Amino acid sequence: MLHTFVALVEDKPGVLTRVASLFRRLNINIISLTVGRSERPGVSRMSIVAEAPPGAGHRIKASLFKLESVFDVDDVGQLQCVTRELALIKVAATPQSRAQIFQLSEIFRARIVDLAPESLMLEITGAASKIEGLIQVLNEGDNQILEIARTGRMVMRRGQHTSHVLEAFQLSQPEDEPVIPLTAEKGSENLDVISGDPNHPM
Amino acid sequence: MPSQPASSAEHQTQSLTGAEIVWATLTGEGVRTVFGYPGGAILPIYDALRKYPIHHVLVRHEQGAAHMADGYARASGEVGVAVATSGPGATNLVTGIATAMLDSVPMVCITGQISSKLLGTDAFQEVDITGITLPITKHNFIVTKSEDIGPVLRRAFSIARTGRPGPVLVDITKDAQQGLADFNFEACAPDPHRPHPMLSAENEAVSQAIDLILNAQRPILLVGHGALESGASDQLITLAERLHIPVASTLLGLGAIPASHDLSLGMMGMHGEAWVNQAIQQSDLLIACGMRFDDRVTGALTSYAPNAKKIHIEIDPSEISKNVKADVALIGDLKEILETMLPRIAPRKDQTWVKAVNALKGVASVRDIKNLPDSGHLFAAHVIHDLWRATGGKAIVVTDVGQHQMWEAQYYKHDVPRSLITSGGLGTMGFALPAAIGAKMARPDQEVWVIAGDGGFQMTASELSTMVQEKLKINIAVINNGFLGMVRQWQEFMYESNYACSPILSPDFVKLADAHGVPGSTVRTRGEVAAAVNAAREATGPYLINFLVEKEDAVYPMVGPGAALDEMIRRPANGHNPLLETSEEP
Repeated sequence: MLHTFVALVEDKPGVLTRVASLFRRLNINIISLTVGRSERPGVSRMSIVAEAPPGAGHRIKASLFKLESVFDVDDVGQLQCVTRELALIKVAATPQSRAQIFQLSEIFRARIVDLAPESLMLEITGAASKIEGLIQVLNEGDNQILEIARTGRMVMRRGQHTSHVLEAFQLSQPEDEPVIPLTAEKGSENLDVISGDPNHPM
Repeated sequence: MPSQPASSAEHQTQSLTGAEIVWATLTGEGVRTVFGYPGGAILPIYDALRKYPIHHVLVRHEQGAAHMADGYARASGEVGVAVATSGPGATNLVTGIATAMLDSVPMVCITGQISSKLLGTDAFQEVDITGITLPITKHNFIVTKSEDIGPVLRRAFSIARTGRPGPVLVDITKDAQQGLADFNFEACAPDPHRPHPMLSAENEAVSQAIDLILNAQRPILLVGHGALESGASDQLITLAERLHIPVASTLLGLGAIPASHDLSLGMMGMHGEAWVNQAIQQSDLLIACGMRFDDRVTGALTSYAPNAKKIHIEIDPSEISKNVKADVALIGDLKEILETMLPRIAPRKDQTWVKAVNALKGVASVRDIKNLPDSGHLFAAHVIHDLWRATGGKAIVVTDVGQHQMWEAQYYKHDVPRSLITSGGLGTMGFALPAAIGAKMARPDQEVWVIAGDGGFQMTASELSTMVQEKLKINIAVINNGFLGMVRQWQEFMYESNYACSPILSPDFVKLADAHGVPGSTVRTRGEVAAAVNAAREATGPYLINFLVEKEDAVYPMVGPGAALDEMIRRPANGHNPLLETSEEP
């Protein structure tokens, strides 16, 4: 099954190697790994999706935490999360065939970000399934896909949860501050409609 | 170990070279001995050594430096330090670092590196040692600026000794060693260790564990290396005595509770005595304390202790349910956890289970040494048994890896923590002599014995010269059977006695010792053992005994790889008991 981890790590050379090397040693294939800056200077955020047996989550999380460069790890696989991926897709398109792609991109809420005489580039953001949906439709419509670049998945937990790294840096909210109740607690079935995935075509 | 300021200078800010900062930091961390080998990229550090109260042991090969630092750490509980130059000096440390990693030994390795401007150019003696050691260190650093040396080294010590201990490597470029920086030991203190969200011995889990313990009919304590690292011997003995729980040890856990204690069963696992493994298979509760259910300990996992619940007390969360699923996991320091549990555990009188386990020991054929053939030959088990008697079980014994290591674990009864030093997880041949040098440096008042096979001893025999240069009184027992014995045994059991490349020719070890100015003797029969051991003990300097033992003896019992823990290959009985001649008690 797919496991998804969010790791907050030191923003230093070699840290990505340490994390990637850990998965190599555990003989676990990384499906996607994205890294970028977090809300704290000096702290990078990684979203890691890996294929591993159902019971492996605890051990992967604990092993990640053993790395000195890792401040915090969250196993978000079973939690309410927003998951997004961005893809750039370059499609061969003549002035005659563009119209159909324009139409498709509208349905999928993709954007045209580059237009050349023989090709155009689409930018699409969403869940992996949505991106795969667009690719499939493009293929089925006899549009020759020239290039695809995908970022891999980024994940953030829904609701009021913040990463432990704030506590680690002693920057958490003062204790006497009132705790705002999680809006996600009530009617979470409807949550997707409100804050979920308005881009989703289906 | 809390650092002792060596001088008031540590509280002042001084302008020092990076090389001086290395030694000033080590001094501040309480280091008095390091093991190393100089070379081009680390010469600035060696040049600065004379200004600091640190003794440097010159090794003959950097692998020896790493094993010595390892032996030093295991014998003392303090952080061992090894120093090497760049390139081949650094790569030679690798086996020693991996040995320390697998056995969770606190160690700091300092390597020189070519100047930072040349990094990545394949300059002379450049090697990416932080890349190479990434999976075999707890953490590693490359330092390219003089001002970073102090904070990084102090963090390295902190990482090496906190939590589950392990080796840390610090690679320092030559320009960082040469540059000047302001240094203040106190100001270099690492930030408090990051909080570990997965450490949890919550009240509920502790209560569950106590319930399981109090309700168990056939509990067993499994004691591993963590008991030594945590210093939890007293708490374990209290728990065992209060509820009459028999105690089985892993190889690295031997000595955590005295082998002479009534409740001590001895070593478990592949070469554990039969009653230990049988008791584990029959038990209804395993209380695993600072051990990791290694495959050499469990045998086949599917049939391991099938009726037992498992409580796992362990400091490393990634070990929980890795091999054996834990019913209750208490994650944290063993000693602290046991101390919170003990006040809630009332004594119990029922000794039915202990008596049943002791009855397993009572079968005459159980102890396989009793079935050694009466061929007039010398057996390794005799040698170790007699050595144990002669030393009163009080020596620090440092073993190599193989048959002799298992016989040592079976027949040398360790009553004191940290008195057996052996490479368990990695099984590193060549470990014994250098590790013994480290152990003797750490505990000069202790009697130290090397027990090594003829194969492993030859891997690092060059360190004899180091031992002599350091004027160390170490006694060496070479268990010489002309084979790579454990390889030969597996070939006998599993490869139809095809002894492919396992016979080994050795030099005359007594002459080899003599070439180093070390006296020695060769022993061929049981009758000569005691006199030779006494001669070694009475010699003022080091002494080597070459024990020519039965060539094709095997370690029994043996749980074959992949077999259930109680499916043991036993020594064929012949009714003769050579130990009766001397009785087993000292």
